[in-house]
Amino acid sequence: MPHRLVIGSRLGAQHREVELAGLARASGHPVRTIEIHDLVHLEGELDDVELDRLARLLLVDAVHEVVAPSSTDERLVVETGLRPGVTDVAAEELVGAAHRLGIAGLRRATSGRRYVIDADVDLDTEALSTDLLMNPVIERWAEGELEPSFVEAPPVEPGIDRIDVTLLDDDALLDLDGERGLSLSLPELRAVRAHFVSVGREPTDAELEAIAQTWSEHCCHKTFRALIAYPDGTVVDGLLDALRGATDRLDRSWVVSAFEGDAGVIVLDDDVEIAVKVETHNHPSAVEPFGGANTGVGGVVRDVVASSSKPIALTDVLCFGPTDLDHADVPPGVLHPARVRSGVVDGVGDYGNKIGVPNVAGAVIHDPGYITTPLVFCGCIGARPRGTVDGVIPADGDAIVVLGGAVGRDGVGGATFSSRAMGADTVETAGSSVQIGAPIVEKGVIDVIVAAGEAGWYRSITDCGAGGLSSSVGELAEGVGATVDLDLVPRKYAGLAPWEVWLSEAQERVVCAVPPQHVDAVRALAADHEVDASVIGTFGGERLVVTAGDLPVIDLDLGFLHGGRPRTELTAHHPSTDRPVRRSLPELDPERALLDLLAHPSLRSVEDVVRTYDHEVLGGTVVRPTTGVHLDAPADGTVVVPPGSTSGRGVAIGVGVNAVWGRLDAQAMAECVVDEAIRNAVAAGADPERIALLDNFSWGNPRDPEELGRLVAAVDGCVAGSLAHEAPFICGKDSLNNVYVHPDGTADPVPPTLVITAVGVVPDVERTTSSDPTGAGRLLYLVGSADPVLGGSHLDLVLGTDHGGDVPTADPSAPASYRALHGAIAGGLVDACHDLSEGGVAVAAAEMAVGGDLGVEVAVADPGDPVAALFGEACGRLLVAVAVEHAERFEDALPDAQLVGRTSDDRRVRLAVDGHDLIDLPLDAVRMARQGRRP
Amino acid sequence: MNTTSTRPRVLVLSARGTNRDLELAAAFELVGADAEIRLVTQLRRDEGDWSGYQLVAVPGGFSHGDALGAGRLLGLDLATWFGDRLRGHIERGRPVIGICNGFQALVRAGFLPGGPAGGCEEPAVLTHNESGRFECRWVDLLPEPISPWTASLDGPLRCPVAHGEGRWVGPVDRVALRYAEPKGNGPAGGAYPANPNGSIDDVAGVVDATGLVLGLMPHPEDHVLARHDPHRRRGSARQGSCLPLFEAGVAHAAHT
Repeated sequence: MPHRLVIGSRLGAQHREVELAGLARASGHPVRTIEIHDLVHLEGELDDVELDRLARLLLVDAVHEVVAPSSTDERLVVETGLRPGVTDVAAEELVGAAHRLGIAGLRRATSGRRYVIDADVDLDTEALSTDLLMNPVIERWAEGELEPSFVEAPPVEPGIDRIDVTLLDDDALLDLDGERGLSLSLPELRAVRAHFVSVGREPTDAELEAIAQTWSEHCCHKTFRALIAYPDGTVVDGLLDALRGATDRLDRSWVVSAFEGDAGVIVLDDDVEIAVKVETHNHPSAVEPFGGANTGVGGVVRDVVASSSKPIALTDVLCFGPTDLDHADVPPGVLHPARVRSGVVDGVGDYGNKIGVPNVAGAVIHDPGYITTPLVFCGCIGARPRGTVDGVIPADGDAIVVLGGAVGRDGVGGATFSSRAMGADTVETAGSSVQIGAPIVEKGVIDVIVAAGEAGWYRSITDCGAGGLSSSVGELAEGVGATVDLDLVPRKYAGLAPWEVWLSEAQERVVCAVPPQHVDAVRALAADHEVDASVIGTFGGERLVVTAGDLPVIDLDLGFLHGGRPRTELTAHHPSTDRPVRRSLPELDPERALLDLLAHPSLRSVEDVVRTYDHEVLGGTVVRPTTGVHLDAPADGTVVVPPGSTSGRGVAIGVGVNAVWGRLDAQAMAECVVDEAIRNAVAAGADPERIALLDNFSWGNPRDPEELGRLVAAVDGCVAGSLAHEAPFICGKDSLNNVYVHPDGTADPVPPTLVITAVGVVPDVERTTSSDPTGAGRLLYLVGSADPVLGGSHLDLVLGTDHGGDVPTADPSAPASYRALHGAIAGGLVDACHDLSEGGVAVAAAEMAVGGDLGVEVAVADPGDPVAALFGEACGRLLVAVAVEHAERFEDALPDAQLVGRTSDDRRVRLAVDGHDLIDLPLDAVRMARQGRRP
Repeated sequence: MNTTSTRPRVLVLSARGTNRDLELAAAFELVGADAEIRLVTQLRRDEGDWSGYQLVAVPGGFSHGDALGAGRLLGLDLATWFGDRLRGHIERGRPVIGICNGFQALVRAGFLPGGPAGGCEEPAVLTHNESGRFECRWVDLLPEPISPWTASLDGPLRCPVAHGEGRWVGPVDRVALRYAEPKGNGPAGGAYPANPNGSIDDVAGVVDATGLVLGLMPHPEDHVLARHDPHRRRGSARQGSCLPLFEAGVAHAAHT
């Protein structure tokens, strides 16, 4: 019988308790108060003295905590705990610490929560529990006392199964695919059948799962490599090749690695290269926001580590539904957007903060299109020495070394899960596909890899993420072969089938090829960092051979595994981009519209998010995500310096994304977000001659010809933008099948979403800029001459109606004007600089006033519609503040820039169009609106 | 490199999950010390005392994931494995600094007010911020000249905090640093966000009875260069405002 311990606070009601009670009332549960206690179960041979020591030394801090009685008065008690097998970091640390204290009798522990709820009326306990107190995907709950639950080993260790495929007809193959959740197409299933017919035997379960994983959309990007045909006979021969082709044409000498390996790499200076990767982690974040976002950060960081780089910065772009959505309007199986947002933000922050990498850039977008399919894009930037060699094939005889955590049933089938549509029952089936991160384990892995890389102790390395060992060992073994004994793989608990060990997506692992003479050194290094290092086999032998002790598990031809998949063929239609003519809005109150725009969740201050992220750790952050006198204004791009770098150069990061335009005109959207990302990086100080791009697509079902047509159009837009700006793509990732299927069968695809990340070199970090003017009397210039338009604008979003009109398109003069602007910034002529995007010049001017804590006066010309003049959106535009003494030189450098206003002492935001004063607001009202508050 | 230099040696003690060790070591190097980052596992193997180090620094991070409360397990390490060595170091009159998680661990281990070695038996803890959230923001700090670390500081310091458990609940008779109003005109008076965590008496840092052991939640190591300052475009400072704190600690260490 396990021991129970309940620990409460003695400092009175805590913030989180008050907040939780408020949330409960807001979602229709009339509670008065909620107390939150920690719940611990301890299993093992423990006497009272040991129990007392455990409690005193490890669990209860007498100053502010107290062992609470387990029984209470009349109040309702709900207890929650993790499902067996879900990573329980606190429990693992507790057992480890007890053993260090000499309390060897503690065998296992679990951690959980106890909620003591006071209410005047009877509550719907189940609804309250699942709405607010726990997530059934990873947790259990009980009214009253919760019995602890551990993974128990089955009486017989599972072995392998042979799966009959060679004699199956097509229908039976499809049935098999459905039963095992393989997510393979019929042509692929036929290829599998033909292969095993030719070798004259049936596959094992592990072989079939390994093939399905290797051939999954998530791992091999079938759609981006597919042959796409249009009804008119046009053929697109591979989207990936189109992006790659643009990079090849640009042939930039400073690109070290593009579309190879785990990350894209560019040159920073004589000593340092910069590696970048951005990933999506959508499905897991939808069903378990904290864990999904947590592992999203962990995965992308390992990609950068696997490029032999030390992580130096993180980014995150988050897309959620409206957080004020009525609870009655939340579709079945979907978490409320407020809960998703809070869990995702906590998950991103928790992981980055704990591994000690600053989160410096990103965006938070709210749109009804993301209610059923929230999107989480996590990025990582790393630094490594110049001349690091990538993509070395392991040598015959190199040890296969796995660094990091032990495997459990975590994320088994995650790669195929990520490649499927979601529905009302996804929560029921996703349980084992969701992982919980252990950032402290990852921190150790990072330190070991960085040190081992400096010492030259490994030959090749790859991340062990989606697809587990199957994916990582399978990838490294290409061209050389590998032999693995699964009995050498450390496990969290007994009872795993061999195929589960091979496919487990247990987090925080990397796989290295280590020459035999360095194996002991790597082991010793890992031991110093308290990281597990296991030799699980050897490279060589040409085939992939996996055993579990003497039991044969896999024996596959690597040529078939990596090259045997028939190319996917898809059909697309050209999407219509016809738009109704714009309706004018003569009744609009411009002041009210500006305040509404500033208060919109996608535009307002993201301080409540970025302040929970450590953006200072490593001491390399030069331009922060918030800027200004009170650090409460938005920065366009951010700038970091790699630790130890002495060249004075920095890395600027800019992001472009738009939730609306993709539905209306995907090609224009892509060109515009490429432009926006570059513009943001330039506005912070990046040299437009030294900017590389990353693309991340989150799209619906590629088998829907309209959706696919939009995807092709978006790739066309990326290529056009890349060539126009001479900014090469170096890395990309796509996440498809982001579709929610309602119980009635209707499909709800995610808004076509493209996130562009621009990574640029800042030649001198002493010459960065930001959006906040440093004083009154600065002249304000408008750079960029494209006419602003209102089609698909944020003004329409705020007004709640699409009033028609075309979306913005690329501005051909933008590349030249960015080069000129950069010259002015590098020459010290620019005081502040802010890009015009959501909400046009009015929003940008207001944000500059907030940052500078001063007044701003702007007068612009009328392009035919005064509302468009104020709030219209276009490519290529920025508002630049210039000190009077630099005005002449600035005008020489940018002769097309228009002088449109100045900063002032009077703390008012004034905008006029063609001489008509349309907006005159006090700065305090503007600042409050940005905080989401109205006077 | 001058191998015969008399640069003081600084031990930067890094546990599993420590993450501000590199920039803390860099700050000490900047003011003329030799900083060595040593892992807990390495220090345990090494039986020697710490007499070769003139200064011991415990950096920030999330030691052992803070899974059982911030700094608890590292505090246990310090008290059990390294207690005698750290006491010996202090008895030699040599300074110690614990920042953020290092501060939390030194409190747990009893080397600061709240513990037997801290000179004040009234218990103390660094608990969850009043806001209930992790907070990363720049703060202003007013030093009190009660320690070799702070005696020579003549003005307010500015640097970021980055923590979720930094609210001081404990004695207030050995306060070395207080959260201050912007521009350092006076203590924050408990007002958020100048006092970012709700610490009583605006406590940002405390010292032990000897004044040698300084624990603080903010990160002075993140403002030792001019370029660290988010307001550098509005000023002309040629160095980070926290550099003098490290200079003072190293200067004291150099004479021991």
